[in-house]
Amino acid sequence: MADYTPEKTLDARGLKCPMPVVKTSQEIKNISVGGVLEVLATDPGSVADIQAWCKSTGNELVGMEKGDGVFKFWIRRVK
Amino acid sequence: MNEHEHEARKASIVVFSGDMDKVMAAFIIATTAAASGIETTMFFTFWGLQAIKKRVSTGQTLFQRMLSLFFKDIDRIGPSKLNMGGMGRWMFKKMMKQQNVTTLPELRQMAIDLGVKLLACQMSMEVMGIRREDLIDEVTDVVGAATYIAEANQSHITLFI
Repeated sequence: MADYTPEKTLDARGLKCPMPVVKTSQEIKNISVGGVLEVLATDPGSVADIQAWCKSTGNELVGMEKGDGVFKFWIRRVK
Repeated sequence: MNEHEHEARKASIVVFSGDMDKVMAAFIIATTAAASGIETTMFFTFWGLQAIKKRVSTGQTLFQRMLSLFFKDIDRIGPSKLNMGGMGRWMFKKMMKQQNVTTLPELRQMAIDLGVKLLACQMSMEVMGIRREDLIDEVTDVVGAATYIAEANQSHITLFI
């Protein structure tokens, strides 16, 4: 278990491509720079896509976890 | 990581097709690009104008009015294959709903919310007798090919769908 304390959690469970990434891009704006957003998703495509989105935007994926069919991502807002 | 990856970038997408599946692909790519911090422009031309048209009948001349019968709006366009007189559209919508896939009108609204620029092709509008007021209010501008080229020339991603 990661010890990142998220400022907020985005529940993207049940959403399909491209919505987990789209919602993440909207929610990260509500996180302070340096803060962490937690994203919950069930779309298997989100594993590759959240990583790719972080690469495109320069935000940092600090942790990822899978449990009970739910993927958890912790993303640090870089700028 | 390449430092250029985080510089300001642009994407421009020509939406020529008016098929539900292709328009869907266009909006999925556009919303994802915008969500990735890429300034995104969609240029709707010919059949693609159906994706930004209101549910109104259009045209002044006889031919334009005849065409209008087959010129739909984003909620009524059918897939490029297996449409079977509208049954395919119904079937695909059902299947996508079962999988909780975002609907086409919702994707378009999402693109608008994310600041995707929607440009309409002036020349095809004239040919088909479609006026500015026949298009949804959110359309950014009605332009010609040179405006698209100016956008595409600055874009790292260009697509023709």
